[in-house]
Amino acid sequence: MAEQLRLEHVSKSFGDLPVLRGIDLALEEHEVVCLIGASGSGKSTLLRCVNLLEPVDEGRILLRGEDVTGRGVDVNRTRRRIGIVFQAFNLFPHMTVLDNVTLGPRKALRQSRAEAEAQARELLGRFGLADRAGDYPDRLSGGQQQRVAIARALMMEPRVMLFDEVTSALDPELVGEVLVVMRDLALAGMTMLVVTHEMQFAREVGDRVVFMDEGRIVEQANPADLLDRPKQERTRRFLRRSLQLAHSIEELTIDEATKEEGSIE
Amino acid sequence: MLLVVNSPGWEDVKAAFFYGPEFRESFPDILEKFRTNVKLFLLAEVFILVWGLVLAVLRSLQGPVFFPLRLLSAAYTDVFRGIPTILLIFLLGFGVPALQISGVPKSQFFWATVSLVLVYSAYVAEVYRAGIDSVHPSQEAAARSLGLNRFQSLRYVVLPQAIRRVVPPLLNDFIGLQKDTALVALLGVVEAFRQSQIEVAGSFNYTPYVATAIIFLVLTIPLTRLTDYLIARERRQRR
Repeated sequence: MAEQLRLEHVSKSFGDLPVLRGIDLALEEHEVVCLIGASGSGKSTLLRCVNLLEPVDEGRILLRGEDVTGRGVDVNRTRRRIGIVFQAFNLFPHMTVLDNVTLGPRKALRQSRAEAEAQARELLGRFGLADRAGDYPDRLSGGQQQRVAIARALMMEPRVMLFDEVTSALDPELVGEVLVVMRDLALAGMTMLVVTHEMQFAREVGDRVVFMDEGRIVEQANPADLLDRPKQERTRRFLRRSLQLAHSIEELTIDEATKEEGSIE
Repeated sequence: MLLVVNSPGWEDVKAAFFYGPEFRESFPDILEKFRTNVKLFLLAEVFILVWGLVLAVLRSLQGPVFFPLRLLSAAYTDVFRGIPTILLIFLLGFGVPALQISGVPKSQFFWATVSLVLVYSAYVAEVYRAGIDSVHPSQEAAARSLGLNRFQSLRYVVLPQAIRRVVPPLLNDFIGLQKDTALVALLGVVEAFRQSQIEVAGSFNYTPYVATAIIFLVLTIPLTRLTDYLIARERRQRR
């Protein structure tokens, strides 16, 4: 298997605030890696750096062996090879579903409208959105909007897909339809880096789970090992708080659930 | 209203400002010259909308490379919003033709149009800028993540949303422009207001001014109502 994506000692600060502190991470082709961690641990920033939406301060990012963080890199071309789906969908509200999905191919890849639309209708059909092509995003449920957003990213035929808490803004009953689409994508062999709070998804679909805290990778392992038998105290504490390691809320005390990192030790 | 009608001078004012025969006589001439106003504000508005958009886009460019352009755009809007329109019309309308540079137009209609374009594009640029700022950065991020370049993101994603939101304030400025076309009378361009002055000078009756006011109102009131309607609709949609 070929390596698709490699991060080498990636660091990033917003002003004085360090958000990523030397991240090393590699994804093989077809691999699904789930990133978990508390909010503010740098997961989303990591994805935005990979997509070059944020410049990294130090380190480098390699896409199929090619440094994409160096000077003189064609940023637009790189972004076309990396798809990203956001928590808030970020569909274009002034365009129909079909136009949302075909904008990238038509403008960035210079495909003809007919060609792009044929491909889009096929993809929307697979995602259960065939009859929604002419609708504007505000007519769709959150789950439908997020599936459109995934379709929109896939239209560019990316090498790697990034998912940034894509189910966090959804009503609970709409989470499943989005996760199913992602599972099918993983089964089809897409290389995926998924920031998620859906531990069940991480467990069942992920090949590897990475736990991040305070801008560092604390621990990574296959899902069962990391979620059930974490080696690090910080991982254990995070998983207990998010009720993965605790069997019931009764096990948790308010001190354990609320104390700042480091103050318990 | 009653206060006006019962005032001691009312009969004199009525005869001077609301004299039927004078109205009927002057109205067609003023209306005829009003075509100059219409021509002026339509022509000017086209350039204002385009130039204002260019200024706003320049000012919205991110990154240190574009600092000089941002600065120029900011300086432009500061200067032309700060000069009284009437002063600029005088300066350009009388000043530039007096330079007698060959190839530079001497027409006062031309310089009047230029003055209004310069001033109003500064206002309109600010309106556009507010619109661009109102589009959430995540929209541009989404567009860029698809591989669209900066220009494409602006063209297909940011500006369509921005402009839709600022149509009402743009119309507002357009109404202001229509009224300000009367200022070019000061250069000697014979438009509706100048024509009414001529009529007044010939009859010593002020009714032509009222006729001119009515002509402007007939045009601006419907536009004002349309603007209010669009603002109300925008508010409903935002909810």
